[in-house]
Amino acid sequence: MVRKENHFLEALGRYRLLIAGALLVLLITLFGLVGQLFVPFERAEVGAGRPAKPPSAEHWLGTDQQGRDVLADLIYGTPTSLQIGLIAGVLGVTIGALMGLIAGYTGGMVDEVIRVIVDILLTIPSLMILIIVASMLGAVSVEAMALIIAALSWMWPARTVRAQVLTIRERMYVQLARFNGASNMKIIIGELLPNLAPYLAANLVGAVSGAILASVGLSTLGLGPMTKPSLGLTFYWAITYGALIRQMWWWFLPPIVIIVILFLGLFLMSQGLDQIANPRLRSKA
Amino acid sequence: MTIGYIVRRIGIFFLIVITAVTLNFLMPRLRTTNPIQSRMNQLAAQGGVYENQIQELIKIYNAKFGFDQPLWRQYLNYWGDLLRMDLGVSVAFYPQTALDMIARSAPWTIGLLTVSTMIAFVLGTLLGALMAWPRTSSIATALSPLFMTLSAIPYYLVGMLFIYLIAMRWRLLPVGGAYSSGTTLSFSLQSALDIGEHAILPAASIVLSSIGSWGLGMRAMMTTTLGEDYLHMAEAKGLKPATIFKDYALRNALLPQITSLAISLAMVMSGAVLVEVIFGYPGVGNLLFKAIAGNDYFVIQGISLFIILSIGVVLLALDLLYPLIDPRIRYRQS
Repeated sequence: MVRKENHFLEALGRYRLLIAGALLVLLITLFGLVGQLFVPFERAEVGAGRPAKPPSAEHWLGTDQQGRDVLADLIYGTPTSLQIGLIAGVLGVTIGALMGLIAGYTGGMVDEVIRVIVDILLTIPSLMILIIVASMLGAVSVEAMALIIAALSWMWPARTVRAQVLTIRERMYVQLARFNGASNMKIIIGELLPNLAPYLAANLVGAVSGAILASVGLSTLGLGPMTKPSLGLTFYWAITYGALIRQMWWWFLPPIVIIVILFLGLFLMSQGLDQIANPRLRSKA
Repeated sequence: MTIGYIVRRIGIFFLIVITAVTLNFLMPRLRTTNPIQSRMNQLAAQGGVYENQIQELIKIYNAKFGFDQPLWRQYLNYWGDLLRMDLGVSVAFYPQTALDMIARSAPWTIGLLTVSTMIAFVLGTLLGALMAWPRTSSIATALSPLFMTLSAIPYYLVGMLFIYLIAMRWRLLPVGGAYSSGTTLSFSLQSALDIGEHAILPAASIVLSSIGSWGLGMRAMMTTTLGEDYLHMAEAKGLKPATIFKDYALRNALLPQITSLAISLAMVMSGAVLVEVIFGYPGVGNLLFKAIAGNDYFVIQGISLFIILSIGVVLLALDLLYPLIDPRIRYRQS
């Protein structure tokens, strides 16, 4: 019994960054999901209250220039940003992992071509491509935005997976499996993927946070979905109506706080996963 | 450095250029409604004042795209225009050309980014090196969580906090712009101070939120370097810790940081766009924001092309210089 507890504490200690980060992300997710149970969507709509009023008993975080209740706006806007990040991140890592596996496992010409594509896309600021695409498409939907961002977030996963596959491929147990006549599919699923898991997890967290960053940035520029509340759209209206100059702190500070907690959580998670993947960093954390 | 490496690297640069140009060419053609038309409708709705200008714009627009010609022909024409530095005219600020507008705002962005990236690189690298060093003073250890936290936050949000606290509440520094309104810029100390004062907050928001990521990279490199044999050797020789830190560990760990500098440029640029918007800084980022708001589509295209090309050029230069700095690297086709 006692030993079991020690193990638990030990695991808690080793994964403390990961756990702390996950808790922060959970907090933000729950803020949106639970909040929606208590606050009706009507309060996040234009004209829900008198415009540009500071916090009061009726509107806990005040109202914006168009009379939206800021708290309600955030409750309905945060999940949108999380949703875009999650869809884009998962898609991006899946595409990236496939590309990396193909490049690292087949080698030769295929590897060369994928590497050049990755190198080129990494040096082009993806925000620029996103801006070109989004500004040409006009009003984009949440799903379209997630797809566009996913199309530009697979390069880092592809790069790390390829590098890992190259080293794992040559290890003894993989060679053994090959000598035993295992098929390529079997080696990839049975030997490579389990070893890649921590790297994939770290990449997933990185990709999700990059995707949220991109979607918030695009929406702040006025290139996101304009009809559905999102964190970026809140910033867009706040900037457009000069909330900073007019010192309407209740309007722009709360979304900043949410983003800081969210990104800090994702950052801690990726650091925690990094430590699991590279034990060498652990002692110096 | 072999000829093969140089050729390969320059080849990649041209591939970047071709990708960017082709993307710019194809995107508007995939769109069902055209942006010029919607802008034209906007103008027409405001009254007939611009009637002759609208006709002129439509003419330029049609000539520019030549929709009656086959696609490959349009593509070649597009390249021809680009090579003649013709990026088209602004729709929102007609008859200014997109190239003029970009040329006017580019120096502000280049200045802001160069200075802030260099400061962040130096401070972050030093912080990272100190974090990995076993005998570090407690100040560096205490500061690092702060910078790690800041690195997780987008630049422009830090900028918003700065505007609210430092510029609006405490009135210590200007809220925005690159120089005081109503002044004419000249090559004088006064102008320089004015520009410097306006640049502090935007630069500080980039510096503060990027120090942490430089630190993380450097810490990882430094940890690896500290395990090397020559460091044990230096210690065994009884060299002073400061000498070992500076000449043996820092120098060797520093070189890969320069590669990260190259890779992170694209990210820094993306982040800086929004910093400029927040501060109303007259660089390309702000121009881009206005162009998006005004449907000013040649300008949007011109800016994206400009940014992609300039990052491509810097990367090419860094990659070609790198083997000269680090003699351990010999690029060879293996």
